[in-house]
Amino acid sequence: MANDIFTDKKVDHVKGSRQFIADEPHIAFHDKRLWTLRDLRDKEAHGIAEWEQLRELASAIKSHTLTHLADYLEEFERNATANGVTVHWAKDAAEHNRIVHEILSARGVDTLVKSKSMLTEECNMRPYLQDRGMTVVETDLGERIQQLDDEPPSHIVVPAVHKLAKDVAEVFAETIGTDRSNADPHYLAEGMRQDTRPYFIKAGAGMTGCNFAVAETGTVVTCTNEGNADLSGNVPPLYIASIGIEKLIPKMEHLGVFIRMLSRSALGSPITQYTSHFRAPRAGGESHFILVDNGRSERLAMDDFWYSLKCIRCGACMNTCPVYRRSGGLSYGGVYAGPIGAIINPTFDLKKYSALPFASTLNGSCSNVCPVKINIHEQIYKWRQIVVEQGQVSFVKKESMKLAGKVLADPKRYRAWSSGAGKAMASLPRAFLYNPFNAWGKQRELPEPPGQTFHQWYAANRKPEQET
Amino acid sequence: MKVALFIPCFIDAFFPEVGIATLELLEKTGCSVVYPFDQTCCGQPMGNSGCEADARGAEALFVKNFADYDYVVSPSGSCVHHVRDHFTAVEQDAATRKVRASTYELVEFLHDVLKITDFPWAEFPHKVGLHNSCGTLRRLGHASPSELNVAPWSKPLDLLRGVKGIEFVTPQRPDECCGFGGTFCVTEEPVSARMGYDKVRDHAGAGAEYIVSADMSCLMHQKGCAERLGMPLRFIHIAQILNGARH
Repeated sequence: MANDIFTDKKVDHVKGSRQFIADEPHIAFHDKRLWTLRDLRDKEAHGIAEWEQLRELASAIKSHTLTHLADYLEEFERNATANGVTVHWAKDAAEHNRIVHEILSARGVDTLVKSKSMLTEECNMRPYLQDRGMTVVETDLGERIQQLDDEPPSHIVVPAVHKLAKDVAEVFAETIGTDRSNADPHYLAEGMRQDTRPYFIKAGAGMTGCNFAVAETGTVVTCTNEGNADLSGNVPPLYIASIGIEKLIPKMEHLGVFIRMLSRSALGSPITQYTSHFRAPRAGGESHFILVDNGRSERLAMDDFWYSLKCIRCGACMNTCPVYRRSGGLSYGGVYAGPIGAIINPTFDLKKYSALPFASTLNGSCSNVCPVKINIHEQIYKWRQIVVEQGQVSFVKKESMKLAGKVLADPKRYRAWSSGAGKAMASLPRAFLYNPFNAWGKQRELPEPPGQTFHQWYAANRKPEQET
Repeated sequence: MKVALFIPCFIDAFFPEVGIATLELLEKTGCSVVYPFDQTCCGQPMGNSGCEADARGAEALFVKNFADYDYVVSPSGSCVHHVRDHFTAVEQDAATRKVRASTYELVEFLHDVLKITDFPWAEFPHKVGLHNSCGTLRRLGHASPSELNVAPWSKPLDLLRGVKGIEFVTPQRPDECCGFGGTFCVTEEPVSARMGYDKVRDHAGAGAEYIVSADMSCLMHQKGCAERLGMPLRFIHIAQILNGARH
């Protein structure tokens, strides 16, 4: 599958989802696997009496931090610097990539090991470094699968969740020489381990993302399950962390609120195997923290949409989303998929991602699972209005809604339609272009138009309140 | 109590029996029911599509039709959700604010306003799967959503328990969205249909003979899916059961 994330090509979610659904084994597995995670998440959330209170707290901590962000960023920088870390500021993806490249090339590093980071995906860093002759190795199993398959991650926590074990067997057979006929997950994981571990020793530098950046201590905290972040961050002599500026929290005491919810929300496990604190460079080593804006300040200034910056990237909204589970992350065509993608991606490029706010039933489950209480489905509704205002919907849809609005505002015209319902759509000139029954009838039976409308029945059987 | 009845466009055109059941049920509970004759739609289809401006005419007409009543009752949760939470295309004058605050969905009106949980005339000797539409579940507070750690409640079940002979069966994913989603059902047809198929299969797997819901739009979608799949599931609005329908 071509990676169009960093092109201008408009995302066609319907087309992507249709392809995904056509493949029964994959969609069935994908839906079931992610539903299981959502189910496990529910069990964990129901197992903690103060769960809803924790969500309130987490939301309040994030809202507070975001509304005092400049101060906390400077406090973080001061404390990290005092710890011996070099702190960099990157206004956008290009600057982030340039800084990373400069740090590496100035020290003659040609191989970089890294753990999973959505921010480096957002910055499209890997191709940038590879184009400049560097070897960049993803060490997270799912992320490595996606790297070897030259495909973006489809989920922010489980990047290869759309693949079956046999798909992974294919990818590994092609790239790292495992046995094509062996799709045993243990065998495949061991194959990847054997292939990737030597790079930890070989690499001149290691990189991680950041789950939480604690202002009062200048600490970067990562929450992982595979141990690869610790190897990436501790084995090579040079360590770089990419930090989205929204990752700040004020104090270490706040961390517990998030740690109690992050893994429970993401995977339905009480805690990740590793909660690692990167504070100071090791003896003889170097640490660099890059604080990245890349559109976040702009989003912070959007009245209706700044709350999305509270996101801690747990993926719970994706796991619970019935649309995401049945369309796959790649159909969203962005770094972020699912409900959070539908509200974040349009802030980067409204035209490209204008379809995403419509890839939702507005069912609201995403907002209920969100550990920081982002009003995701309300933001989706608001984005729809903006997409239309900005003229990013088809002429046909715009015209048909204009017509529907006129018909429904006029009792006479409405009666003419409803009394012939079913047939009448075709008799309306513009609506003929956009006959919803075409789409309805592909996989569903149409409702039988009844002999009379309720209005007609009422007129015949009761005394109308007012005559038209 | 004087009640104005709002019958949404698609119920008017396709499911008049639901409108009739709602009217008769409200009368059985002692309400005096008025049906403003020039009513059409609440504006939801346009707002839901991002075309809020196009909803202005329908919303203004809605206010004109219903401004004089203290209780506007409708057998459609998603329309009530629109009136209550998204009804912003029209000017927010005193009449609009009153209408928005006075509009109730049928279940919540029976449960919270009339406080009725006994329907002595009702009997429904079938295995029933309850479908809480997402709008009623998460926006109108019909029941406790499975994601939240809150003490469980269910207004529709409180009402249906007052019906003789009814037996409830629970699907594996009780409050997974069925995929109707308003205009979503045609604009995102592949996912919408798949969700509908999964939903009706889940209900059938639990042994349901009937799916009951306070939202006819979800039922219309699920019925279309079940019929296409050749499944013998049947669909009925909660107003019909509470009004005494036997099948």
